[in-house]
Formats: sequence, C-alpha cells, structure tokens
Amino acid sequence: MLFTSYEFLFFLAVLVILYYHTPPEKQWIMLLAASLGFYASFGPVYLCYIGTTILTVWFCGIQLEKNLVHQKVVLEEQKGAGSREEKKNYKLRQKAIRSRMQALCIVFNLGILAVVKYANFFIANVNGALSLFGQSEGLSFVSIAMPLGISFYTLQAIGYLVDVGRGTVQAEKNLFKFALFVSFFPQVIQGPISRFGDLSKTLYEGHPYDPQTVAFGLERILWGFFKKLVIADRLMPLVTGIISDAGAYQGAYAAVAMLVYTVELYADFTGGIDISIGVAEALGVQVQENFLRPYFSTSLKEYWRRWHISMCSWFRDYVFYPVSTSKGMQSFAKFLRKRFGPNLGKRLPVYVSSCVVWFATGIWHGARWNFIVWGWLHFAILMISEECEPLYERFHARFGLIDRKGYHFFMMARTFLLVCVLNLFDCYVNVADTLSVLASIFAVHNWGLLLDGSFEWFGLGLSDFVVAFLGVGLMLFVSIQQEKEWVRDQVARWPFAARACVWSGLFLIVLIFGAYGIGYDSAQFIYNRF
Amino acid sequence: MDETRQTLLEILEDLHPDIDFETEDQLIEGNILDSFDIVTLVTEIGDSFDVEITAGELVPENFNSLEAMVELIEKKLEED
Repeated sequence: MLFTSYEFLFFLAVLVILYYHTPPEKQWIMLLAASLGFYASFGPVYLCYIGTTILTVWFCGIQLEKNLVHQKVVLEEQKGAGSREEKKNYKLRQKAIRSRMQALCIVFNLGILAVVKYANFFIANVNGALSLFGQSEGLSFVSIAMPLGISFYTLQAIGYLVDVGRGTVQAEKNLFKFALFVSFFPQVIQGPISRFGDLSKTLYEGHPYDPQTVAFGLERILWGFFKKLVIADRLMPLVTGIISDAGAYQGAYAAVAMLVYTVELYADFTGGIDISIGVAEALGVQVQENFLRPYFSTSLKEYWRRWHISMCSWFRDYVFYPVSTSKGMQSFAKFLRKRFGPNLGKRLPVYVSSCVVWFATGIWHGARWNFIVWGWLHFAILMISEECEPLYERFHARFGLIDRKGYHFFMMARTFLLVCVLNLFDCYVNVADTLSVLASIFAVHNWGLLLDGSFEWFGLGLSDFVVAFLGVGLMLFVSIQQEKEWVRDQVARWPFAARACVWSGLFLIVLIFGAYGIGYDSAQFIYNRF
Repeated sequence: MDETRQTLLEILEDLHPDIDFETEDQLIEGNILDSFDIVTLVTEIGDSFDVEITAGELVPENFNSLEAMVELIEKKLEED
C-alpha cells in the first residue's frame, strides 16, 4: 500500500474519520492498529521482523532504566557514607552493565538487518575472494525478503535505546505505546527517523478535531503528491531507460541522466517526506522536518546539514560522537599529539571517525560497493574541503567574493553539480559501470544527439518536458519563498476564495498532470528500497 | 569558575578566533560550531580540565554558549 496508491488514500480517509470520532485518550490505539495494518499490507510475515525489534528494544530499554534507577537509589542511600572513589567505581560498574545490555540488544537488531540486507552482499564478496584463489565453487546465495523500512525503524529503535541508556529519555513502560513509536505508519517506510523525545510529545496525547490542523496536513500531502506524481514519476522513465544499459548510453546520455536523476530524487524523496509529515499532521502528530532546501547549499558540508536531516543527525549523534569521543580515540589523539604535534593530533582522530561514519552511511543506503564508494567519496571531499578551508578564506578575503551574489550562485551551482556526480553512484549497480559512465561524459563526444533530434528520450515527449519544466519551476519558486517563510503559512493568510483557488488548482494539476497513464500502478519511492 | 571560564575562552578563541564567544549564545543552532569543532573541543576540555565528556552530553544545550560549557565542565568537576 504505497502512499500514492488509491488504497492508501481510501485507508487514510477512513482513518481520519474514525480517528476524530475516537475518544482522545484512545486515539493512539487506533494509530497503532492502523500502523500495524499498514505494515502488514506489505506482507503479514514482515510483522515478525518489526515485532522482534519492538519486543527486544522495549525490554532492554526497561532493563536499562531499572539499572539507572537502582544506581540512583544506591547512591542516595550512600550519601555521606563511602569514599568518592568507591562511588565512582560503583558508577563505572553499573555503566559497564548497561553498556553490555545495550550492546547485546543493538548487535541483535543490527544482526537482523545484516542478515536480511547484507547476507548476499557478503556471500558475493566471499565468493569473489574464493575465486581469486582458484576456488570455483562458492557459497550459495540466500533468498530472504527484506522487510520494507527495516533500515529506518532499526535506526529509530536503536536511537531510542541509546537515549534511554544515556538517561536523556525515560523508557516507555507500555509495550503497545512503544510499538506505535517504532511502527508509526507515516514514517516507518522511508523516515524521517524520529527521536523518541520529539515524537512522543504528540504521538500519545489526544487530538481533538481541529479543521486548521487537518487542512494543513492535507495541503502538505497534496504538495507531496505534486512533487512525486507530476515531477518525479514523469521524469523516471528517462532515468530508468538511460541507466538500464551503462555500456550503450554514455556521454550526453550520462550527463542528462545525472542531472535529471538529481531532480527526480529530490522530488521523489522530499515529496514522500511531505506526504509522511502531512499524514502525521492531519492526525495531530508532529514529525520533524527532514529537508531544508538542500540544493541551495553552497558547500557539500552545508548540503548534509540540509538533506535527510534525521539520518545525518542520527549518524552524528549515535556513531560519529561515540566513536570520536571514545576512550580509544581520545588515547589515539593524545598519542598523535605527543608524537606528531597538536595539529595532527586534533585532526586525524576526527577524520578517522568521519571515515567510519561515511562507511556506515554508505552501506546503510544499500548492500553494494557503489554505496560504500559513494560514502568514502563524500568523506574524501569533505576532508579536502576542511583542509583547504584556510586557503578558501584567504582567497575570498583577497577578492572580496563572499558577499557577492554571483559568487554565492556559483558556489550553489558547484555544489549542485558535485551532488549530481555523487548521485551517479546511486544509479548504477557497480563501481566500474559508474566510473565508466562518469568518464564518458568527458570522453564520448555525442552531444550532437541532443541537437539533431536523434537522442532517445524513452517515451518522453515535448508535453512531458513542458509539464516537468513548469513543475520544477513551481517547486523552485516555492523553495525560494520558503527561505523567508513557509508558503503554506503565507497562503493561510489569504482570503478564503484565494486559498480555495490555490489548493483546488494544485489538486487539479496533480489530477491532470500526474504521471498515471493507462493501467496506472504507482511507482515505488526511491528511498523505500534503502 | 572564573579560571574555568578563562581557560575555556582561550580554547574557543584558538579554535575560532573570529567569533565573540563572550556574547554568542547560538554556537550550535547557529551552525558556528560544527561536529568537528565539538570533537576537538571535547579533547581539549578533557586535556585541560581532566574531565570526560560523554557522547550523550554532546547536545546543543551544553555547547550553545560559553556559559553553558562552563556549567557543564563545573558539573563534571563536581561529579568527579
């Protein structure tokens, strides 16, 4: 039941009506039933996977909190008695117990993810290594269906567990409420990856019917549908066609695919998140924003502050910080400082941690070397930028560039192109194909195809490009406006007739210009496969 | 407290000489300090004050201003 399917619209309409006719204190139960029903629609067996994660993380969370409470009670009782050293040692022992419990639960849940997502990748690599040593018979591949959204809900559940262990949130005692947090249907498939401290504020409380809130939610959903159906799905056949044969479509084809895919990915992913946030909002639940107009970024570093924010902050808070501030890394930093001076001692541990994070980010996106290379390329570019920062600053100051609009636009365009190139790794199945296609942009001189009319557009005609072009123009206009204020808030201040025109106009645009076609079957969102 | 403040100010000014840390109170939310700066700060604070700041304490509330960082360090010193 994809967000853009007729079944989902029917499901949502029924849910919203029933939800606001349910006593507020029981609304969360309805959300849980809807979430489990939604998830089961992809295959009832998948409930076993998400159910295992819910049970194990919930149980471990409770145990962690029990330990924390017990520690507090013991320390309170010992107030005035016992030495400072004894108390410190006691705290360290308790911390070690909690760390072991937490690690066990995290390894177990990451293990499930590893088996369903990475088993065949691992087997393929082992077989590849065996063949190097002349072994013709390798391991057999396994056939396991990957539950939708497992990469997202596993991270969300682990984040909760770490937060409970750190004492920043209280463990949820009610198993069913916790089950709702992990399985909340608007975000279980492709995020955002919520934090318990944020989502629980509005997830469990009752929400009396508020026409404004529901209207805002529906408007956001409509905007998401516009991006997904009018832009992303319309452009999709062109990208799919070009990347289907890396050997045949090179040069100009590769350049077109690279640019169009970057637009498609944005419309697809942000459109999906608009629908997620809009659905939650229509039900009175606040889900955090996941994008801040990332293609307006002037550097790759800034881009990653504005793209897929919930994933980036997850990797920062639960991987980068723990690795870079770990005892081992701090000792490594001290060793480096002593041996090679303060400069290297400061930078190298950060870079090593960053390398780990980008590996994790890459492989989280998919079980392919392409994603690992994609991650490490990001790492390399970000590190080089970091090292060149003083040089840039001198250059900008020397020529007074930083305040110039033209230079700002140049930096935006440069970052966008860089993102386009990196996105190519997302399109192809292996590194060799990606590199060959990338090189072909400069080496294969078939740009004339674009001028003489022989370029293959994979069924897309002039009308498709006009619709896509105008759609992207509208998306760009709204993004520029949103740099100042949310367009939805601006429209909300307009007279009723004007508002009605805007939203019914957008509705008609989606209805008329959405890429449906005969026998319409909504296309999967790109991020669903991650 | 004053000594802690002064030492910390020196560390911060060494990290970002262009920022007025006496008045700035949006160091994290204003994207003035990024995650690299935070990790460098944790190492420097660990060395200068002999306190261990854990990953769980790396939240904006603890690093948004000089005062917030001083408070965190003082709390850690008391705990130890």
